[in-house]
Amino acid sequence: MENGKIYLSPEYEVVRSDEKCIRCRVCERQCADDVHYYDADADRMCALDENCVNCHRCVSVCPTHALKIKVSENRFRENDNWSDTKVREVYLQANSGGVMLGAMGTPLKYPTYWDKILINASQVTNPSIDPLREPMETRTFLGKKNQKTVRDADGRLVTKFTSPQIELDAPIMFSAMSYGSISYNAHASLARAATELGICYNTGEGGLHEDFYPYGANTIVQVASGRFGVHADYLMAGAGIEIKMGQGAKPGIGGHLPGRKVGPDVSRTRMIPEGSDAISPAPHHDIYSIEDLRQLVYSLKEATAYRKPVIVKISAVHNVAAIASGIARSGADIIAIDGFKGGTGAAPSRIRDNVGIPIELALGAVDSRLREEGIRDEVSVVVGGSIHSSTDVVKAIALGADAVYIGTAALLALGCHLCRSCHKNNCNWGIATQNPTLVKRLNPDYGARRLVNLVSAWKHEIMEVMGGMGINSIEALRGNRLMLRGVDLNEKELEILGIKYAGESI
Amino acid sequence: MKRVFVNEEWCLGCRLCEYWCANANLGGKTASDMVRNLKGRKINARIRVEDGANDGKINFAVQCRHCYDPMCVKSCISGALSISDGVINVDTEKCVGCFTCVLTCPYGCVMPSDDGHVVQKCELCLSNAVGSPACVEHCPNHAIVYEERGVL
Amino acid sequence: MIPLRHPPLEGQIRIPSGCAISGVFHKDGKTESGRRIIDSIALMHDRSNGLGGGFAGYGIYPEYKELYALHIFYLDQNVKQDCEEFIREHFDLANAGEIKTRNIAEIRDAPKIWRYFIFPHAYKLDSSELDEREYVAECVFAINRRFEGKAAVFSSGKNMGVFKANAFPEDVGRFYMLEDYSGYAWTAHGRYPTNTPGWWGGAHPFSLLDYSVVHNGEISSYDANRRNVEMFGYDCKLRTDTEVITYIFDYLTRREGLTFEEASAVVAAPFWSTIELMPDDEKEFYTYLRKRYHALLINGPFSIILGFTGGMLVLGDRLKLRSMVVAEHGDTFYAASEESAIRLIQPELDRTWAPDAGEAIIVKLYKEGE
Repeated sequence: MENGKIYLSPEYEVVRSDEKCIRCRVCERQCADDVHYYDADADRMCALDENCVNCHRCVSVCPTHALKIKVSENRFRENDNWSDTKVREVYLQANSGGVMLGAMGTPLKYPTYWDKILINASQVTNPSIDPLREPMETRTFLGKKNQKTVRDADGRLVTKFTSPQIELDAPIMFSAMSYGSISYNAHASLARAATELGICYNTGEGGLHEDFYPYGANTIVQVASGRFGVHADYLMAGAGIEIKMGQGAKPGIGGHLPGRKVGPDVSRTRMIPEGSDAISPAPHHDIYSIEDLRQLVYSLKEATAYRKPVIVKISAVHNVAAIASGIARSGADIIAIDGFKGGTGAAPSRIRDNVGIPIELALGAVDSRLREEGIRDEVSVVVGGSIHSSTDVVKAIALGADAVYIGTAALLALGCHLCRSCHKNNCNWGIATQNPTLVKRLNPDYGARRLVNLVSAWKHEIMEVMGGMGINSIEALRGNRLMLRGVDLNEKELEILGIKYAGESI
Repeated sequence: MKRVFVNEEWCLGCRLCEYWCANANLGGKTASDMVRNLKGRKINARIRVEDGANDGKINFAVQCRHCYDPMCVKSCISGALSISDGVINVDTEKCVGCFTCVLTCPYGCVMPSDDGHVVQKCELCLSNAVGSPACVEHCPNHAIVYEERGVL
Repeated sequence: MIPLRHPPLEGQIRIPSGCAISGVFHKDGKTESGRRIIDSIALMHDRSNGLGGGFAGYGIYPEYKELYALHIFYLDQNVKQDCEEFIREHFDLANAGEIKTRNIAEIRDAPKIWRYFIFPHAYKLDSSELDEREYVAECVFAINRRFEGKAAVFSSGKNMGVFKANAFPEDVGRFYMLEDYSGYAWTAHGRYPTNTPGWWGGAHPFSLLDYSVVHNGEISSYDANRRNVEMFGYDCKLRTDTEVITYIFDYLTRREGLTFEEASAVVAAPFWSTIELMPDDEKEFYTYLRKRYHALLINGPFSIILGFTGGMLVLGDRLKLRSMVVAEHGDTFYAASEESAIRLIQPELDRTWAPDAGEAIIVKLYKEGE
């Protein structure tokens, strides 16, 4: 069999209830992976299981709920050491001779520390606050806070804030996802939602499509190692500029947008020839050290007349606290840290699944370190890499973050079903694709609405939880680690997170 | 008056609207009604998806526009077609199956019913079990909307 | 009930508490003894539970007004010699002696309580490159760190003093014989901790240099505030709200040079929705303070009386979750958790009112040192 397909049986099985199937063929029309087809002679719908990526598009659109996708029950001989996945991966690589590619965050079972942290509430000695009746403030400013307080000749306080700030109505931003890795309509949804919500979305490294300049006040423009789409107007267009040094899903690895995704629009936006591969080098080739970073930070500040805060985004790696300390002294206004569970449009899956550290521990270490060095107010800290819910946001803020980045959650709101096939350009939900017939499946009117709903819902929940703690302003939650307790954590984990065990009272 | 509009930019040509239309006009409302109503049957929906030019990249669902000055009503020889509150209805008791209306409708939105003796057309699901256009409710991409846009 | 054999010390455990507070201030600089403030706080007996009471008096050491007065608890007498050696090493000592106390039935477990009138060694101060107040504060931190649990400096200002104990405040007043002191301002505190503080250092007022704070409430922003001020070298050993509030005011006024009005706008900042309605210059003023000192906003219920040389600040939280009444009679200003505690000692008042949420009331001597 060509290409060794003999070794690979279908991972999924399309199960169709013939009793319910009315042969409307919607599944066939909606599957971009060519799984479903109609056998006219037999008058029945059939499926090519081997093509299925389990994206649930057919399941979702089937009007009679006749479909479900099962993980194939077909198993190799039981082996606790060589799991089916590991065996399959060896077959795949023996077939292809290539690196394993994957998309979205790691699916492997690593501890989720958010789920081992519990939040406090007021009882008796301190009243909880009802956010429906009292103001509950989630407004957040990102940027340097350590401006020297001075007085003018008359002794009056000079109240001009000189360090540029990004103002957010809630401590949540949409993570960097480039135009190219995701569709025009996905970007349109993010841009419109961010504007309505008073937060920011992030262009990623693919430049800013000309249609989205009007949303600039709610846009973070990214400068990555490929420098795609970077020019003076672009830098001035956003609320802030992010230098992407690393990404949680692929620390130390660059990016590669295949030429087939580089159509006329992407080409114009990225400022590269149509059909050419867009390759972001692993390092910035003008940044081989921390002092080089400082030069880029100040180049960008000079280019924007010191009006735009500069974010430096790094992936959470072992030495993250020391690196963050270096960045805080580099002139950067904001540090963004991406945990190893963070998503991606495509990454070597070995890297994604094995390199980096969890964001919770990275945040614990970074916030503590910056405080020990007395430079916490030099920078704001933004974290991302698997923020699943409003309470993850609360826990992140209480651990010391100023705001969070959400990427996967935002894509889920847009319809993503986490099939982790983004790198195939065949996204059935119109998100991670440049194929026009698929892109139109994401109606941005509706996409933006769903994003607004999601973040508004989280904001409501954050306010409820804050009120329960007797806190009515997000700054009183920030770094308030006494509001957190750990369960199922060892001494070392507690120490790094800087929190006490449940039942301890200090 | 609210009317059904289709935005071809978002129409995916999935044809779910046709099936939900057919189901609604056979008295159905739910997915299991659809199985009962449409299993083994060729549907004759009152909304039709046109697959247009550009390699099938443009699709457009079409149903009765509920015109202000409708040709179908003018041409009806039996008085079966009438306008009430802006909605054009068919009285199948009066329809004699001459199909003049089928020929005069510029949009092709009046069609013979399954038995071939009378005509059928979109009546906005106002008098069936769904109560409001089923095509709108079930469009997965919000390409079909039911809204007031003033006089057209 | 069997008492805990080794009750946890303040600082080993965080103790939320309710409280009563009271204050008197003579704007004309007239002085009075501690009698009336004792009566005032005694009236609110039910707001405390015998686990902490204390007073701060201003203008009480006119004969040593240029010197810092250290009040020290020696919980372990063995460290007294070492501690005094430390003091002599860093300061010129003008006078030292045990603080006079009255033997009363209600207070039995008293540590040795000493007072030292001191001034920084000129050459030490010079070589430290710190300003004088910073130098004294650093030394206070150093003593409290070095002799943790054994000795504690609980008062360190000029011409002022804190007197506190692990008892009902009226008993504390009698114990310290406050009727023998005379000051232009007094504050008092009765504590109602919900836990068992084991020692005297935890009673209030909490004080650093001439700042003393009496506080009623439990702040929910505690750890956010603590972790911020710790960045600036304030060691929050006692884990109490009052301690961190004192440090915040010290940081904002002494280190950052804010006025008490400005500092109050930081800790009890107006809501954004209020700021948006302000005229532009005010809007910019409050926005600046909220952005710049974001981590020093205090959340949760509190009402405080902060005493400082020549003045007194009364402030409540931004939601007004704790009671506070202020009053004036002639040149005398009063503040207390309950109006009755004022009426008791001054039945006729020119004016009484409850300050708004987050509104700072600041009174000062008409003339410095008058």
